[in-house]
Parts: sequence; C-alpha cells; structure tokens
Amino acid sequence: MLGSKRKKIAILITLVFMFGIIAGCGQKAPTTQQPAPTQEVINVGLNVELSGGVASYGTNAKDGAILAIEQINAAGGVLGKQLNPIVRDCKSLADEAMSVSAALVGEKIVAQIGPLTSGNVAGSTPIMTENKIPLIAPAATAANVTVDEKTGVTRDYIFRVCFIDPFQGTLMAQFAADNLKVKTAVIYGDTSSDYAKGLAEYFKKTFTEKGGTILATEGFVKDDRDFRATLTRIKGLNPEFIYVPGYYQEVAPLIAQAREQGITVPIGGPDGWDSPDMVTVAKADALNNTYFTNHYSSQDTDPKVVAFVEAFKAKYNKEPDGFAALGYDSVMIMVQGLKDAQAADPVKLAEALAKIKNFEGITGNMTIDANHNPIKAGVIIEFKDGKQTMNSRIQP
Amino acid sequence: MQEFIQQLVNGLSLGAIYALIALGYTMVYGIIKLINFAHGDVMMVGAFVGFFSITLLGANIAVAMLLAMTACALLGIIIEKVAYRPLRNSTRIASLITAIGVSFLLEYLTIFFIGPNQKVFPATAFAVKAYDIAGLSILNKDVFVFVSAVALMLVLQYIIKYTKTGKAMRAVSLDMEAAVLMGISVDKTISMTFAIGSALAAAAGVMVGVYYGTINPLMGIIPGLKAFVAAVLGGIGIIPGAMVGGFVIGLLETIVSGYGNSLYRDAVSFGVLILILLIKPTGLFGKDTGEKV
Repeated sequence: MLGSKRKKIAILITLVFMFGIIAGCGQKAPTTQQPAPTQEVINVGLNVELSGGVASYGTNAKDGAILAIEQINAAGGVLGKQLNPIVRDCKSLADEAMSVSAALVGEKIVAQIGPLTSGNVAGSTPIMTENKIPLIAPAATAANVTVDEKTGVTRDYIFRVCFIDPFQGTLMAQFAADNLKVKTAVIYGDTSSDYAKGLAEYFKKTFTEKGGTILATEGFVKDDRDFRATLTRIKGLNPEFIYVPGYYQEVAPLIAQAREQGITVPIGGPDGWDSPDMVTVAKADALNNTYFTNHYSSQDTDPKVVAFVEAFKAKYNKEPDGFAALGYDSVMIMVQGLKDAQAADPVKLAEALAKIKNFEGITGNMTIDANHNPIKAGVIIEFKDGKQTMNSRIQP
Repeated sequence: MQEFIQQLVNGLSLGAIYALIALGYTMVYGIIKLINFAHGDVMMVGAFVGFFSITLLGANIAVAMLLAMTACALLGIIIEKVAYRPLRNSTRIASLITAIGVSFLLEYLTIFFIGPNQKVFPATAFAVKAYDIAGLSILNKDVFVFVSAVALMLVLQYIIKYTKTGKAMRAVSLDMEAAVLMGISVDKTISMTFAIGSALAAAAGVMVGVYYGTINPLMGIIPGLKAFVAAVLGGIGIIPGAMVGGFVIGLLETIVSGYGNSLYRDAVSFGVLILILLIKPTGLFGKDTGEKV
C-alpha cells in the first residue's frame, strides 16, 4: 500500500519536473526583438558568451561590435539600410551556441558575429553552413575552425578576423630577424601543447628563410619548473635570441632562471605569455628585453586605433581589450563585404568576404586567404620594467 | 669544464629536494612496507602552509619552514591513523590503493579550498642574490636549498642512530612482532616515522616554493614520482640509499638535459626505475636477501 503510494508520488513529481523543463524551454527563446517587417534594416546576429566561463571575452567583443554598428548607422548605414543587432547569450557552451544560431537564423540575419572560442564556433558551424549564412568569428584561433581537418576543405560560410595561433611564430621570427637583427636563435618551447609546437614550427621556417640559424631546439613539458640544466646548455651555445613558445606558468620561471644564469639576450614568445603572473613570478628586471606577439595593443599610436580607443572609452568607460577590437573588426569587415556584394544577401556576402583584400581594421590590414584566415599584422609587446608596452606593429 | 661544474651545481639543489622527499618514502616503506603515494602531496601541503605562514602571518623563511614541518608532521600522523592503520593487517594492495586515494584527496581538497591556480611565492621571503664565483653563477637559494637539506639529513641520521625513537624505528622495521615483545609501542613508532617523513617533505615543499617561485595544488605529483624512483634506486627502505638516490636522479636529469636532449629527461628518470627493477630490484644499497616466504 505504502509502496504504491510512494510510486504515485514519484510519478507525480517526475511529471511536474518534466512540465517544468518543457515550460522552461518555451521561455528560453525571447521574442522581444521584433524582426523587421520589410527589409529596411539588416539584421546582424551576435551569438556571444555573455555568461559562463569566458563571459568577459563575449562581453567585450559584443561591446566592440555594438560600437561599430552604432558608428555605421550614424554614418547612414549600409546600402541605405540601418544595421539591427540581435544579441544572444550562448552561455559559453557549444550546444547553447548551436541553439542560439538556430534562433538567429529564424530572425533572418545576414551574418552572425561570434562566438568567441573555437569550441563554441564549432558548435554553431553546422547550423550556419546548413542555412548558408556567414559566421564571422572574432577570436577563434584553432586551425580547424575554418577548414575541415579531415578533408582539408575550407568551410564556405565560416570566416575569422584573428590570425591562427601558429602565425604568431612567423611574426616573431620577422621581428627577431628584421627589428632585432639577430642571426642565431634557440627555440626552447613547450612540447606538450599543439599551440606551442605549431608556433615553434612557424618560427623556425620563417627565421631560416630570412637567413637566420636555429642553433638548437629544446623542449619542456607542462608543469616543469626546473629549466636550469637546459638553460646552462643554451648559454654555452651563445644564441642572440631565444624563442619560448609556451604558457606563462612555465615561461615565467623559465625567464627568471635564464636571467639568474646570466643569459641577457632578448627572449620572445606568443600571446600565451599575456598574464599578470609574468611580472609577479619572473620580476620586472628579468623581463626587460623580452617580447611577445599579440593581436592588438590599446597603446598603438596608429590614428585608427587611437580613434577607436577614444570612442570605446567614451561609450563604455573602460579600456578596450583585444576581444573588443576584434569584435569591432568583425562588424567592419562584414560591412565591407556587404558593400562589395551590393546586396544584403547572406550567400553573396560570403562570396564577397572570401575575396576581401587589404581591409583596414583596428587590428591590422587584412587579406582573407583561401582558408578564410586573414593575413594580417600583429603587434609586438615589450616588457619594460614590469609594464607591457607596445613595441611595434609587424606586417607580414 | 666550467659548464659542467655549473650543471653539477644545478643538479645538486634539484637532487637535494628529491632526496628529502625520497627519505619519507623510504622510511615509511622500511617500517610498514607501504609505498605512500600521498607523500608528494604532503610536500604540496607543506609548500602551501609555508606560503600562508609568509603571506598571512608575515613569518620569515625559517619560521615558515618550521611551521610547515610541524603542520605536515601532524598531517602525516593523521593520515596514518585514519587511512593506513585500519588496513595494517589487510593485503598490501589495499593500503597501496588507499594511498592513491589519500593522494587525490589532498590534491582536490586543496583545489576546493584554495583554488586550482598557481600561487606566487612571495619574493620578500627570500631575496635572491647571485654570486659569480670563478665564472659560475651560484645563487644564494642554491646554497640555502643544499645546506638546509644536508642539515636536515644529518639531524635525521642522528635521530635514527642515537635516540630511543630511532632505535625503536629500526627495531620495528627489522621485526615488528619481536619489537612488540621487547615492549616497543609499534603504533607510536609508526606515527613518529610518518611525522618525521612528512616533516622532511614539508621542508622540501617550502624549498620548491622558494626555489621555483610558484606553487600549485598538483605540484607534488611529478616530484613525488621522481623521489619514488630515487628511493627505489637507492634501495627502498634504506635511508642512506634514498639520499644517494635523490642526488643521483637530480644530477642525472641535469646531465641529460644539459648534454643530451631535454626532451628525454623524464624518459631517462623513469627508464632508471625500470632498469633497477629488472637488474637489481633491491636497489644500489640493498642486500639481496631473497623473498621471505
């Protein structure tokens, strides 16, 4: 008797929960944004991370994108029409990014900006490809975002405005050979991450092409803390430059130990160095004469960047970071594509985007290559007495 | 030649840290035949106690090390009482698996309470100075690690050779039942062994913090494994063996990175473990007594 009563209660509770979930689903798709009845506006979807693990990426990119849209609209819009941003939160989840895309497709968007991380872009990719609407990823750096890894075929509707990770190796090699004028280098990188291995490969290729010599390639793995033996060996080789592709957890103690051993030559690395921990661990003195590549610097003195930084600060009262700049560029490159296509049509926009050459963005001049990756400039950030300062902009 | 001597200096401080951790492994094994895989994590806890002593209590490095050693000695006693003592008469594999469980428990409790990110060991606790001696760069922290490690090893030797506790430890490790018959409190002796071993690991943890500048909740895993190799190399259960083993592994790693290829460093350390187990399982200092049946 008691048993069957319990069973009934259990079924009842289950039912209540199920209804709750179904009801919740219904509420999920907000209908506040009315799609325009006629095509007087061009709908642009912003599928970004506004909550969850990487909320700061999405929030900043959205701020940059909204600023760009407002500037375009204030200047009369595109093709005589105003841009209408539709902002949706993908909660830093790949499956959520997919359902947000599905909802945005229903709003007749011409293109989607975002999401920010490579994983979330991958979640959104099938829907966008299926519906033939271009996706412009502001900051997804994994190589397979725009190219199908298995077949090597470029994804027709996926674009990005950031360079892929390994490209930073090329930039640093150029900087070392052309600006620092060094002839010999040692690569001492993380061998446990694909990120660092790709960087080392590109650095080696470009540096040797420029007539430099790689004296040795050494490696460490994640969580190593003792680099002295290898550094002593490197010191014996007398290189003019050391390239350290890796993340700050390992790189900071590595640089500290290198300086302790009396290695004074310049040391370079990728954006994995970009952390306040670099200075607290390695100390300001040790970091002098070290450089890393990045997408953008808010200290850039380029007039376009200065204007962007001022406008951003005026609107949001904060410093724009790389994500904000890339979000801004994503909108601007889409606008360029719309102008080239002379139509607010997603398929024509995708064709136009694939052909963009010498587009002038905040994060550098971009030419979209066959893999839908931009060939573009990067910046070199130098540590000066513990402060990150912009050293130069490197155009490939 | 100068580069070689520099590599020796590099290897000695690394070896001293390995040796201190290896001592804890070997002492515990010597007395209850248990590979205490949680030992590396005790070192991690020691590093964090040292870190908080400096940042929160404003202690200097010596006080921080003493606090860490005391806290970990207590932790060692508690771990033994809670996790290993109830299993003392069950199969060895049961205690071994428990040790792995304790290891995870310590790691993830630390992550839960303190967070997974690395902590920067305050530079104010130890001002680094470099001395240039005949072209060698020797840091005061090299000297600090080496001297304090050797001092702790001497103290340990004294305790084991000349004190009652030491005698009791040796007696229990030789024959537990006979020791009981002689009126030695086995429980107390085992507790003391854990306390001393854990205190040495804590000292090593603080040294790692000072030496490498950062600590994190998973920092004990790799040094723990390397120290285990060192203990086996020297002959597990034999105290001088652990010291020598620690220095040998430290120097070996340095020489492999310095003259061979840095990518093979870990492979060589763990290769040594396999070789020793194949060729002389009792280790460098071990006497081949054959398995007692």
